[in-house]
Order: sequence, then structure tokens, then C-alpha cells
Amino acid sequence: MGDQRTATPDGAGTAPRGLGRRRFLGYVLAAPTLVVAAQFGEAVLAPDRAQAAGIGVPEPSEIFDLTDMLTTAALPTSGLISIQLNTDGTATFALPRAEVGQGITTSSAMLIAEELDLPVADVRITLADARPELLFNQLTGASNTTVSTYTPIRVAAATARQRLLAAAAAQFGVPASTLTTSAGVVSSPGGQSASYGSLAVAAASLTTLQLTVTLKEESAFSVIGTPQNRIDALDIVTGRKQFAMDLVVPGALPTMVCRPPTINGTVVSVQNLAVVQAMPGVTDVAVIPTGVAVRAQTFGQCIDAVRALLVTWGPGTEDDATDATVLRELQAAQLPFAVPAVNLLAETVEASFSFAFASNSALEPNCAIADVRPGQAVVWGAMKSPIVAQGAIAAALGLPTGAVTVHVTEGGGSFGRKLFFDAALEAARISQAMGKPVKLMWHRTDEFRQGRTHPMSIDSVRATYLLGQVLTFEQRHTSVATDFSHGLGEVITAMVAKLPVGDIGFSETIFELSQQTPYSFGVTTQLLSEVDKGFNTGSMRNIYSPNVRCAQELIVDQLAAAMGQDAYAFRRANLTDPRAVAVLDKVAQLGSWGRTMAPGTAQGIAVHPEYHSVAAMLVEIDCTPATVGRQVPDAYTGPRVTKVVCAVDVGLAVNPLGLQAQMMGGIMDGIAVALTSGLHLENGVFQEGSWDNYFYTRQWNVPPELQIVVMPSASTTPGGAGELAVASAMAAVACAYGRATGTMPTSFPINHSAPLAFVPLPTVPPIPQSPTDGLTSAY
Amino acid sequence: MPEQTFILNGEQVSVDIDDDVRLLWVLRDVLGVTGPKYGCGLGVCKACTSHINGQAFNPCSVPVGDLQPTDEVTTIEGLPATVGQELHPMQQAWLQYDVAQCGYCQPGQIMAAVATVLKARAAGHEIGDADFDEIRNICRCGTYVRIREAITAASANF
Repeated sequence: MGDQRTATPDGAGTAPRGLGRRRFLGYVLAAPTLVVAAQFGEAVLAPDRAQAAGIGVPEPSEIFDLTDMLTTAALPTSGLISIQLNTDGTATFALPRAEVGQGITTSSAMLIAEELDLPVADVRITLADARPELLFNQLTGASNTTVSTYTPIRVAAATARQRLLAAAAAQFGVPASTLTTSAGVVSSPGGQSASYGSLAVAAASLTTLQLTVTLKEESAFSVIGTPQNRIDALDIVTGRKQFAMDLVVPGALPTMVCRPPTINGTVVSVQNLAVVQAMPGVTDVAVIPTGVAVRAQTFGQCIDAVRALLVTWGPGTEDDATDATVLRELQAAQLPFAVPAVNLLAETVEASFSFAFASNSALEPNCAIADVRPGQAVVWGAMKSPIVAQGAIAAALGLPTGAVTVHVTEGGGSFGRKLFFDAALEAARISQAMGKPVKLMWHRTDEFRQGRTHPMSIDSVRATYLLGQVLTFEQRHTSVATDFSHGLGEVITAMVAKLPVGDIGFSETIFELSQQTPYSFGVTTQLLSEVDKGFNTGSMRNIYSPNVRCAQELIVDQLAAAMGQDAYAFRRANLTDPRAVAVLDKVAQLGSWGRTMAPGTAQGIAVHPEYHSVAAMLVEIDCTPATVGRQVPDAYTGPRVTKVVCAVDVGLAVNPLGLQAQMMGGIMDGIAVALTSGLHLENGVFQEGSWDNYFYTRQWNVPPELQIVVMPSASTTPGGAGELAVASAMAAVACAYGRATGTMPTSFPINHSAPLAFVPLPTVPPIPQSPTDGLTSAY
Repeated sequence: MPEQTFILNGEQVSVDIDDDVRLLWVLRDVLGVTGPKYGCGLGVCKACTSHINGQAFNPCSVPVGDLQPTDEVTTIEGLPATVGQELHPMQQAWLQYDVAQCGYCQPGQIMAAVATVLKARAAGHEIGDADFDEIRNICRCGTYVRIREAITAASANF
């Protein structure tokens, strides 16, 4: 058994530095079988980035970024996370994060398997209910999960292994130091062996103990850093994986909401409530703050009822707004450039870019199950901020927080949408109003029209140069306000005094902490201003970065051209971080940068550092008329990205296969926001109402060639990955498009100003009826 | 209320429900078969893709009253039985290439993939990029490239 001396993460006593860095305090909790625990959030990562900062004054995000903030926020307040060893030899762990496809259940299982010497297949990961005692440490966002859980999970697993060794030593009558562990079995040199399952009771403790454990050296890793398939892959391909709407909760019948024709419109009156109440299958109709809810035996009957409702609607919050009015509002709010006049001989490159509203809707729509009874409530849903959800639901229902149980289900995608808990709150209100359990699901059309959006923004850049040197680089990002009230805001409230950004608001803090100029461009300033809080907004994968990076890289191409330099060589010469240079070199080499391309086709290249990681993209695009004009029914085709080469350095890549998957997804997102995916606002209504209106990347937009290289890294700690690829992918696509067409694009997505490629669905009734011709289109 | 009868994953089933309720809701809300997912209810996203008499279709766009008692509906749950194996080769390929991310669209993707391979085969050509470009199923996680790789690999195995 380990000694009782307290070790600190940065080395205690006379331990060599390498060892001290790996010694931590673990806990054995009082329980019938072995339950081990560790402080959550212990793994603050001292940023070693200061040395990577370039010349001039480092931007705040170079020395302390959003990743550090979320990691540090956990330090003083976090509770314990625990792993249970079961008598069947498996280990179970309730991860206090949301799995939405990013692969953190798999990577967490790998961390446990590594330190415990247990096969990954014997580790069971579930998602923890809302745990208010974790305070800030149950938010899934900002690509922070692996960064903040990497050490605590391993400490708990190592504690378990140490206890199992001690139990086996007692059983075998030999010193623990002579024993070895492998694949869930403890063995002695004399040939004795015991499975973890057989030791699970003996290794348990009647009282809670502390012990010091030593983590494995990175060089001894046999699981971490190896490609691992998703632990839920079999459940997925057989249809067994359960999402919120697949759960069976007694009495929770399908429920939908008839929503207003304009954003945030309100119910004035319902003309035919009794008629709708009597429709086939319908059990309940209730007016709630966001519309009129109907509950029925099937969702099909809910759709019928929603469509039948005759509602008088009050105005919404943005009834007069169109794309053009919002654009003018943004232009009026843009902060001025600040750098004083430079050398009169300096030349200037300057441009403004606009980025349309975009939808962060996942394929699984907003949905939740709620069972609200007098004095208590239980809610199920995919929520990335369950603690905030619990508090908000309790307040809405008039219940104490402790009376609300929030079960976190696995989500069918998030992309920022599930940072909020709109469906859970709405479901709870409906359940309370009807006095019955409900299974609430948003219709797809509502997802686009009333769901949260990535806000419209403009971005202006002005750069000056002289004699082959960039002297100044100024960027002004002006955006419709992003709603961060899902809990990231609370982290910042608590942290703001400690941050190197001074006393500024939430959004500005996020911006300051996430945005970097990776290039050494002299006097560099990047500022955010926000307008108009009447929209339902939220973060979309990679928040501000795709638009900011896109604008920046397009200007970098302009600067290189103006100075007669190659776009890759110019970037390389001005990059300050060797990791950024390495990924840029890698894609230039693998992608044959500069190769001769046919007219109408071209390459683009871009790099993006964030989350203590860095990614580079080389893209080839085909903008020839034959390609742009290719026809797919009910689709937008347009320019085709024909090839993407990506190189990524996330430090220690826990699961390279999962990392490549995240990069692939981010690349598809980057292609979408550059070329095809935007929302058109017209008189307070987003025109898009289906996936054949909102053009997320489809198979006919997919690059036939894709190569993703995971770079070896000198770093022994993991950086963030889930959102990393979007910014550089979008920027590289935009740069390639500009080069192929000879005109720098300034409006995104590039198809946004073209005539609508679809006929908008009606707004009353708010959702369309399902088709009836499904048999004729079978193939 | 009318009785609706059809064959679901090899078993004759009967449901008392109105003719115009779409099959997706009969499967999910009445019969508890939740492999086919809702992504739009408009025949657009294809997340509910299943097979009817061996062809891919979208249950969200078929009134249950249009089914005949002899119609064979196969959802992802019934796919392995169509080849008499624990897993269909397409499911095996999905595992081999670790295609899924969130997994929400993947039952529909797999059902569409099987039909796409069979369609290409019936047309007398190997599956290729032109066939992939016709697959309409949305994957919002963007797993499209691994989908293509898995289909290519599986097409040799059934």
C-alpha cells in the first residue's frame, strides 16, 4: 500500500523531478467493493507557451487561453471522480461530461485501461447525472475534456491498481513490489495469479483512505497513443445505442410545440384548443412561454395537432430584421482601427468580410424527457451544462435544486447546440403544465427557424507593410451577440479577476482568450464588439475562430501577393511557433504545394493554433463551370473541394483514430461554412427549414481525397481537438476559392448572396406535413 | 381503428392505428423499434432509412396504411438476419473503419449503404465515387469519408 505522505503534482520532497511530476494523491472510498477516487481538476497544466510567444507583446491567448481558464477554474472547487471495480472484473466510471460524438467515453476508457492494466473492453463508461458539487467542472465545451480529465482519471485508476496489488500481496503472502499486473490479472513471480474481479472485495475499504500513487511514465504507455475504435461502435451499428428519444420512461408520451412564425413570437390566444384536444391520439394541449405544446400517442399525431392549431401570435423580438438590416447594424458598431500612422512609405492591405448566420443544429434535434411531479422533477437529455440546467429548471418549476434530477444522455451531435438545455427546460415546463411525463422533440423546421444560431458577424482587417515586413495587423470582429449563459459565463465570472485581460465582459473574454495571430506581424490588435441581443444564439463549433481565421488568412494571402512572396513561404517565414511551422511544412510537402493546377482550380493553405494544439490544412478546389454547375436534385453543389491534406499536433494524442475522426468532421464543417451553409434572415424569419435548404456538407460536397496526419509531438500532455479543425479548414477553402476564381471572397458562405436555391416553407402552420410518397422513391 | 399488418424484421406485426400515421412513428412510438431515427420527418435527412422488400426507403414518408400484409420491412435491427449472420458485412466494415462518431445517423447510413451497393451491382458496375455522391443521408458529424471507405470495403463481402 502506498504511504500516507501527501505529494503535490509538481513534485514533493526529494523525489526526482520526473517522478514528482507523476505522483498524486488518490482516495479509496468506503464501499463493499473497491471504489477509488481522485480530485477532479487537479491536472492544471502549467502553460509552457510563453517561450513560444513571438516578438512583440504576446496576445493574452498566447500565454493563457480558454483551455487554461477552464482547467484552472476547476482547481479550488472540484469534487471527486470515482471508479468502481466490480466482482466481474470490469471497472465502471461515470464521466461528468457529455458524450456527443467526440469520443470522450472511448478516450476516458483508454486512460483507465492504461493505468489499471485492464483491457479497454472491460471498462464501462456512463455519463454522470448533474453533480452540483462539481460546480464549474461539469461543463463540456471548448475542447477541454481530455485536457482537464487526463490526470484525474489516471490517478483514480492508478489508485485502484495499487489497492489490487496490495490485496493480492496479502493473499499470496509476498511483497506487493514483486507483483505485476496485466490484462486485469495480478501475477506473482512464483506463478500465483488473481483476477481483478476476485480481488474487488478484498481490495475495498471500510473507511476512506488517502494514498500516494505514481502514474506510469509516458514511455510505458501501451494504450494511450494507440488507435482505439469507439467503445460504443457495436451498439451504434446495430441500432442499440440509446439517445434521449429512444428511452422508455413510463407515461412519457411524444410531445411537440407549435411555435411562433417569427423569432421569439408569443402566444396571444388559441382559437381551437378543444378541437385539437379531441384529435386522434392527442392527450393534452397546453400553452407555455415558447408556444403551444401538444402531447399525443405518436409524434406523427403531434405533427398533425401542431399543424391544426389556430393561434394568434404576438410579435417576436426581431420581426423587422433581415440580413441587410443586421449587416448595417454590425457595420455601425464596428470599432475603429487604433494603430497610429506608420511610415508614410508603408503600403496598406485592407478588407471587410461578412459571415451569415449559421445553424449549429445537430442531427438529433433538441429533445428531452421530463417527469415533473409535485415537489420533484426528473429530466433526461443530452446536456453539456447539466448543473446550470438543473438550477434553471428548478427555478422555472419553483422547486429547490436538490429536487431536480438531471440525467445526461448520450447526444446525437452537439456542435455547440447542446451547450444549452432549451429542450430540457421546455420539457419540464410542459410536464408541469400537463401534470404528466412528456417526451419532447423539436421539429427539424423549428430547429433551423427557432433554434439557436451562430451569430452573423463582420470582420475587418487592415495591415501595413514595408520592405517585405508586415508592420501592423489590426482586426475588428463585430458580431450579433453570442449567448454564453450556459455556464461558461459563470466560469468567467469566477475567474475574471485572475485573467490577464482586465475587466471586460464574457464575450470579449472568450474572444481574447481564444483568438491568436500566429504570425509575427508587428503591432497586432484584435478586438470584438457585439450588437443586438434579440436573437437566439450560441456557440458553434470553434466559436469565433473560423470567421476570424478565414478573414485573417485571406489577408495573409493578399499580403504575400502584394510583396511578391509565395503564400506558403510567406506564412512559414512569419510563423513564430515551431509546432505551427511543422504542421504547415507537413501539409505543403504531402499536398505538393505549388504544383501546377488547371485553370479554375487552385490550392489554399492555412494554419490555426488553439486549445494548446495546432492544425494546418492544404486544400484543392475545383471552381470550373462544369463542376460548379453539376446538378443534384434539391441540392446545392457549387465549387467542389477535391482534396484536403491536414496535419495536426495536439500534443499527446490519446486516441489518434478518434483525433483523425474529429479532424475529418471539423474539415466537413469548414467546407460547409466557407461554401454552402448559411441562414437567410427575412423579416424575422430564417428562410431555411430543412436539410435540403440549409446546405451542410453532403456526399456530393465531400472531398474525394482526404489525408490526415497526426504529428509526433514533444509534448507529454494532451491539447484540445474537438473544434480545432474548423477554422483552418474554412480559411484554406476560402483561400483556394479566391486563388481559383481570381477574386478574394468577402461574403460567407460564398453562395449566400445568390438567389435562394429553394422555396421557403410556410411559417403558418410552423411545421410541414411529412410526405406520403416514400414508397415511390425506394431504391 | 384500422388494424395495420405488415412483416417487420421477419415477424408479422399488427397495430391498431390510423392509416395516415407515418410508419416511422409506428415503428418508434408504438412498436418500440428505435434503430430508425428522426432527423427531419421530411424525407430529406434519411436518418430513418430502412428497407422495404429489400429496397431502401424512408418510413417517415410512408403512411402505415399504404403497407400490405406481405410487405417486408427491415430496420437496422433486422439487417443481420437478411444475411444469416451476427452482423451484416456492412456493419462489420463500419466497425473496421470506426466510421461512427455520435452514431445518430449511422443506422440509416448503413441501410442506405447496403441498398446503394446492391443498386450498383444490379446496374452492372463496381461501387465508386459517382454512387457515393448520390447518397443523400446527412452525417452532421461529417464522417462521410469513412462511410465511403467502409462501403468500398464491404461491397466485396456480400
